[in-house]
Amino acid sequence: MKMTSLSQEIEKEIENNQDIKNLTKDRLVLVVSKGTVDMLYPALVLAVTGAAMGMKVDLYFTFWGLNVLTKKGVNKVKIPAVGNTGMPMPNIVGVLPGMTDLATKMMKGKIAKFWPDIYDMIKEAKAGGAKLHACSPTMGFMGVKEEDFIPEVDDIVGASAFLGWASEPKALTLFI
Amino acid sequence: MTENIQVDHVLDQKGLLCPMPIINTAKEISKLSQGQILKVITTDPGSKPDFKAWARSTGNIIETFDESEKTFTFHIRKA
Repeated sequence: MKMTSLSQEIEKEIENNQDIKNLTKDRLVLVVSKGTVDMLYPALVLAVTGAAMGMKVDLYFTFWGLNVLTKKGVNKVKIPAVGNTGMPMPNIVGVLPGMTDLATKMMKGKIAKFWPDIYDMIKEAKAGGAKLHACSPTMGFMGVKEEDFIPEVDDIVGASAFLGWASEPKALTLFI
Repeated sequence: MTENIQVDHVLDQKGLLCPMPIINTAKEISKLSQGQILKVITTDPGSKPDFKAWARSTGNIIETFDESEKTFTFHIRKA
């Protein structure tokens, strides 16, 4: 059995590298552009973790990512059975009718043992202080209306607002 | 040593995967008062670097860390 104080290790690291203390990012800005299980979970996991780490978290939902913010879309997130090199089935099988639903059921079943479902993850992020932003042009061309949104959505913004957060010196920005 | 630390609350996160142990720890810590100790037990193999990074960014103090038989035990003092 080995016992250590991790905080002593942390103190030493900070002592040896003052940049860790002074330059560490404290804001997480994510562009969520995809609406599938395999693309939404990584974004949401980073969002809830960032919030738990005390970061200010903003998620900017655009293109297919925007669907998850709608009442119709939030519980219908799927995983595509084709075009995903990690799927345990060949693409030629994946194009058959019903395969996407089957793959989704299988994947969601496996994930459910460890993680909350997508909507609960969104609620978790919100409870941690994350802000959910809907992309205004995407609403326009996808025909999404304000009343279609789940109540967790904070506001509707455009590219300038996103760049405003992303260009802050201590912002960490990822495009997912 | 662990035996001498007075634990205020215990959080068993065995079997859970990242990020749940961190999310649940952050929630539990928020309920404690400054200086109180939360004991967290995990089995996620990434626990050590994850808890270390979380402690560094939140300022909470990991007083002791113990690893035995793929189980990780943290004593965290709320900052």
